[in-house]
Amino acid sequence: MSLALEGRASISGVGQSEVGRRLGRDPLELTLDACLAAIEDAGLRPEDIDGLSTYPGAMAGQPGFTGAGVTDVHDALRLELDWFSGGMERPGQLGAAIDACAAVATGLARHVLVFRSVWEGTAQGKGGRQGIGVSGGGGGGGGYRASGPPMEYTLPFRAYSAANWIAMNAQRHFYEFGTTREQLAWIALNARRNAELNPNAIYRDPMSLDDYLAARMISTPFCLYDCDVPCDGATAVIVSHSELARDLRRRPLRVEAVGSALRGRPSWDQFDDLTTMALRDAGRMLWERTDLRPADVDVAELYDGFSFIALAWLEALGFCGKGEGGPFIEGGQRISRDGEIPLNTHGGQLSGGRLHGYGFLHEACVQLWGEAGPRQVTGAPRVAVAAAGGGPLGGCMLLVRD
Amino acid sequence: MSDKPFRVLPRVHAGNEHFWRGGREGRLQFRRCRACQTWIHPPSPVCPSCYGKDLGVEAASGLGTVASFTLNHQPWVPAPDHPYAIAIVELDEQPGLRLMSNVVNCPAESVQIGMRVRVVFEEHGDGDVWIPLFEPVEASP
Repeated sequence: MSLALEGRASISGVGQSEVGRRLGRDPLELTLDACLAAIEDAGLRPEDIDGLSTYPGAMAGQPGFTGAGVTDVHDALRLELDWFSGGMERPGQLGAAIDACAAVATGLARHVLVFRSVWEGTAQGKGGRQGIGVSGGGGGGGGYRASGPPMEYTLPFRAYSAANWIAMNAQRHFYEFGTTREQLAWIALNARRNAELNPNAIYRDPMSLDDYLAARMISTPFCLYDCDVPCDGATAVIVSHSELARDLRRRPLRVEAVGSALRGRPSWDQFDDLTTMALRDAGRMLWERTDLRPADVDVAELYDGFSFIALAWLEALGFCGKGEGGPFIEGGQRISRDGEIPLNTHGGQLSGGRLHGYGFLHEACVQLWGEAGPRQVTGAPRVAVAAAGGGPLGGCMLLVRD
Repeated sequence: MSDKPFRVLPRVHAGNEHFWRGGREGRLQFRRCRACQTWIHPPSPVCPSCYGKDLGVEAASGLGTVASFTLNHQPWVPAPDHPYAIAIVELDEQPGLRLMSNVVNCPAESVQIGMRVRVVFEEHGDGDVWIPLFEPVEASP
């Protein structure tokens, strides 16, 4: 394992901006709030930062999907960088953090500032959510034309959203394993009861199984509460070389293992096994790189852009057997804060807000540092897994507080 | 046909027109490797099985099975026919030869995984694009 990045990379600080449904604030300001908070949290100064990494970076298209690119932050903070990277062709949202681990492990940087910034709440406004590509003009005649996968092979079939695409993964899981909506509901219900204790969460009112089952359908089997809530907010983490992290303010959180694999087709609809997604491979890789086992994990923060994705991550990471996710989460005991594997302790994206992957990494760190307040998992958690991405996106990190 | 729904159309070019315009002759066409007979979708200039470049275009039978589906209720675009059925259809020709499509000409609520379907085409853009859709084999005359 001497060539592995694991062990050489640690998280030394985290930061988060104000988070809200529609803040109407400058997204770059939110981004910088999170970045400066993370730098201070680590006990560093901006001039100590020599690496910068983000997902997805600057891009046009989906309103509010990105609040700042690498260049924006680089220039705003007048950073002097040895290494930087932004983009979305990588193992999911956390790919930007995994790359940062690789950068410090190989000596390309000492302290990498990793950020993710969204302002989808404000950008999308108060109307219903639009489908991808629809605002581009469309029309049977001219206007926008979809070009290349995935849009070319999804949008012409009126599949305008990942809600449609992931719903078909869930439906196949229901078919093969007998999973039910009453079981899937517990991803959303568990998230809500945790969000009730998180002052930064978007939705904090209690929700019952009846509320869930009565919600309007979006794309079967997904109802409204199976879909995450767009919001505004930014998250940042500092990835430092472990030897340097030792001398900083906080007890470093060592990156014990990462999962960045994609061994099937990189596609929403062409992946070999429709009951899972790319995250199957990322989860498998994570456990190939550590002697720890799923039973050693004290808290799991698993992406729930749609509820089914969190269920699929539970299976992929081995917290239950393949196809057993439904019975595993039913009733919500095992995934509660005092259960076998506390899940999405901040409310996930379903109730906490769609911070797009980095809310999970942030919460994993906060829990390991014992600073989660009323929602803190008891027993001083030592090992946490954070995972993000669905469809062809999937990346995960196992963190240890030594 | 005034009852055709709004669709975002694909940009058609030399590399994909066999797929998007094959419906003009009622053909569901894919690239196929002449060396190893692998059907290829979405189109690629190289066979993913043998990496050969001697690729032809062939029509599939148009028969397949619903591998999964969803009934879309959300009005991403105003439409009179919510919910409608989006499906992943696996074609008979080869395991894993699939495409996303819609199941039409039946009540959306009747769509099931395992349902046998056959291709039908919906013309858009004054004959520019022929969208391959599927209908239940049972319901057809």
